[in-house]
Amino acid sequence: MSRAALWLCLVAVLAGAVVLAGLNLAVPEGASLHVSTYVVSLAGKYLCFAILALALDLVWGFAGILSLGHAAFFALGGYAMGMYLMREIGPRGVYGNAILPDFMVFLNWKELPWYWHGFDNPGFALLMAIAVPGVLALVFGWLAFRSRVSGVYLSIITQALTYALLLAFFRNDMGFGGNNGLTDFKDIVGFDLHADATRDGLLLLTAVMLALMLVVARFVVTSRFGKVLIAVRDSESRTRFLGYRPERYKLFVFVLSAVMCGIGGALYVPQIGIINPSEFSPANSIEAVIWVAVGGRGTLVGAILGAVLVNFGKTIFTGALPELWLFALGALFILVTLLLPNGVLGLFGKRGRKP
Amino acid sequence: MTMLCRLLLLLVLSVAALPARAQTEDAFAGLASDDFDGIGQAVTALALSGDKQAAPTIRALQAEALFAGAEGALLIKAESGYLDARTGAPVADVDEDSLNLVKVNNKVRRAVEAGLGSLDLFATTPEVRRKAAGAVFTSRDPAILPALARALAQEKDAGVATVMREAQAASLLESTDATEADKLAAVATLRLRGDLEAQSLLASLHDQPAAVTAAAATAISAIARLQQLWSIVQSVIYGLSLGSVLLLAAAGLAITFGVMGVINMAHGEMVMLGAYTTFVVQEVIRAYAPGWFGASLFIAVPLAFLVSGAVGILIERGLIRFLYGRPLETLLATWGLSLVLQQAVRSVFGANNRDVGTPAWMSGATQWGGVTVTYNRLTIVVFAFLVLAALMATLRYTALGLRMRAVTQNRRMAAAMGIRTPWIDALTFGLGSGIAGMAGVALSQIDNVSPNLGQGYIIDSFMVVVFGGVGNLWGTLVSAMTLGIVNKFLEPVAGAVLGKIVVLVLLILFIQRKPRGMFPLKGRAVEA
Repeated sequence: MSRAALWLCLVAVLAGAVVLAGLNLAVPEGASLHVSTYVVSLAGKYLCFAILALALDLVWGFAGILSLGHAAFFALGGYAMGMYLMREIGPRGVYGNAILPDFMVFLNWKELPWYWHGFDNPGFALLMAIAVPGVLALVFGWLAFRSRVSGVYLSIITQALTYALLLAFFRNDMGFGGNNGLTDFKDIVGFDLHADATRDGLLLLTAVMLALMLVVARFVVTSRFGKVLIAVRDSESRTRFLGYRPERYKLFVFVLSAVMCGIGGALYVPQIGIINPSEFSPANSIEAVIWVAVGGRGTLVGAILGAVLVNFGKTIFTGALPELWLFALGALFILVTLLLPNGVLGLFGKRGRKP
Repeated sequence: MTMLCRLLLLLVLSVAALPARAQTEDAFAGLASDDFDGIGQAVTALALSGDKQAAPTIRALQAEALFAGAEGALLIKAESGYLDARTGAPVADVDEDSLNLVKVNNKVRRAVEAGLGSLDLFATTPEVRRKAAGAVFTSRDPAILPALARALAQEKDAGVATVMREAQAASLLESTDATEADKLAAVATLRLRGDLEAQSLLASLHDQPAAVTAAAATAISAIARLQQLWSIVQSVIYGLSLGSVLLLAAAGLAITFGVMGVINMAHGEMVMLGAYTTFVVQEVIRAYAPGWFGASLFIAVPLAFLVSGAVGILIERGLIRFLYGRPLETLLATWGLSLVLQQAVRSVFGANNRDVGTPAWMSGATQWGGVTVTYNRLTIVVFAFLVLAALMATLRYTALGLRMRAVTQNRRMAAAMGIRTPWIDALTFGLGSGIAGMAGVALSQIDNVSPNLGQGYIIDSFMVVVFGGVGNLWGTLVSAMTLGIVNKFLEPVAGAVLGKIVVLVLLILFIQRKPRGMFPLKGRAVEA
């Protein structure tokens, strides 16, 4: 990944967000340059997905860990934020209960479950959005890498992980709103979530976070640590025989990636306005993999590009020809793996190594 | 001792019923009387008599078509005219003015119902007798005991006799004048029956001698233990049933993933294609040859094998062969393919569930002791084992199987021996896919046939193969059955969804400990 591409990407993300938000706020509705709120929240969604793709590229592109459950970390971050937003509704819910969210009143619960305490504080919720995916990744990764589960096996058990979480969050007894998830949010740290200014602010915040994460990820992979990581990806045994401990390197990058996903999810929920268990479905995680593959695996910038491109295509397709979207997505998977092993970025510039 | 008691009881009761003819005449005379008590007793006596005219007479009384004439004559009003109740012969020239309707009140009506019930105890078809005895077991009317004893004495069918004996025991416990020994024998009989009804009957006993109460209490706990045992057996059977479904879904994957090492995420869609093949076969049969519906599944199984197998070969030739040695890319490409196949089926057949019928020979259930087994589940268990056996035989004894094993064990050596390895790859993949198609036929009987059918099984299938040890069909069998049974044992404790989650988490942990499954193939490679 060249330095120029990195800068180009940083500028594009930040400037794009500023332009969209600015045109939404400053240009009056009806003017030809006005950007609708719908487009702003759509852009926000793309950038959140870009965070997920970036995190996935970090583990897949640089450590060779093909996680088919990364959307689980994203959704967990989302749920943490959703819980805060639920508590923030307070007495304005349908049932007017100041403490219990609507769905708990509906289920006839008498008091808040212990794990909901503290989520009225946005700082705590944000901490949890980072800590919960991080700890899960730490435990899961420690177990998996220590016993040298790798390659396809790892892919399958990460998929099982997100599948188990999907089933769990569907249960009403879990206290996360069951099938319907968490929704009907009113405001975030005092700002009305339905106001244009809040949405623009969230878009800008997402863009800044994405840029920050891109810089961090770039720093990680170009450091000495990153070199070992690439060595692990290309030949784990050989790296081990050279005296390194591959599992530690993989574990660190896996946890870092999960934390990024958690933040992405936390930014995603206020902009979309709902979080429900379908975010855990294995299909979501695999779709994220194709974003990375389309953009170019192991390039960081490519992951962001791929996420935006594919999701833009999805928006167009599902609007115009909904029944063709799965054909298009399926074909994308096949064509990219067969014909574009280096992704879109691979079309530009010569890169000698195999992904 | 118990047997002896029961025999004695039988003897006493049958002797009491001997002077039948005289009693019958008394009963007919009683029906012609005026007071309701007399009529009621007469109905009961008549029902117990075993006379062939008893049933029509009592039915006529129930239908208010029984008339008393002069000099104790009893006439049944039929459509064609009047019949003599005692003989059933038509009676000519009846003076309708002299006839009086035999009246009934509630007490008589009860006697009539009980009487008809006991009459069924003597019916010619065993099924009716069994039903009547079952009814007595629930109603527990001591008045019916003599009839029951007579019926028991002439019963030839062992199964019906058992039910009658249980009904006798149940009624005996209700009667006030039975001896303690009889009651103890009755409790023992109910304990032998050992189901929930017997348990609740024993629990509802009151005002009994102390010995009987004590015997009932031990019987109740014995039945509870038995029920617990049956519920374990039931869980095992349900587990085997679930396990065989998993085995079917995973058997094809054990070939494509286990033997060939190809990650086929479209495996579930091969299953789905098999299910839709069944649907098409049934539609064609419904339209052109409705009489063949019972055979639809036998036609669907080979067809599904061919359809899915052919699609599998196409996939291997058109996609997978370009991706050998790149498992993660194979995974992504086949996932994309699964999306395309799902959408294609959705476009052709619609997004809704399709109705696949169950042939008559597969519907219904059978009772084994305390457990119920439905025939379709049973068929699937048998089918799963047949498929696995056929698969193993193919690999072990056919020329194709020999080549398949040669290619997977040492590709270059096999090629040097003149085996056309690309062809064998395609055929092996086709075999695995075809087996998935056959699984689809079975799954169409127990699951919704929709474009998403396959997706529900893909994660489970991979888990089964990985858990059992890749490349080992016996491992796949053991792992499918283990997972099925563990799942069914967890379900009552943790609930269906939580049980599944627990199984998944246990599997994830297990794979951490033994990454190559329960029965890994031995080798020297650092990385498999």
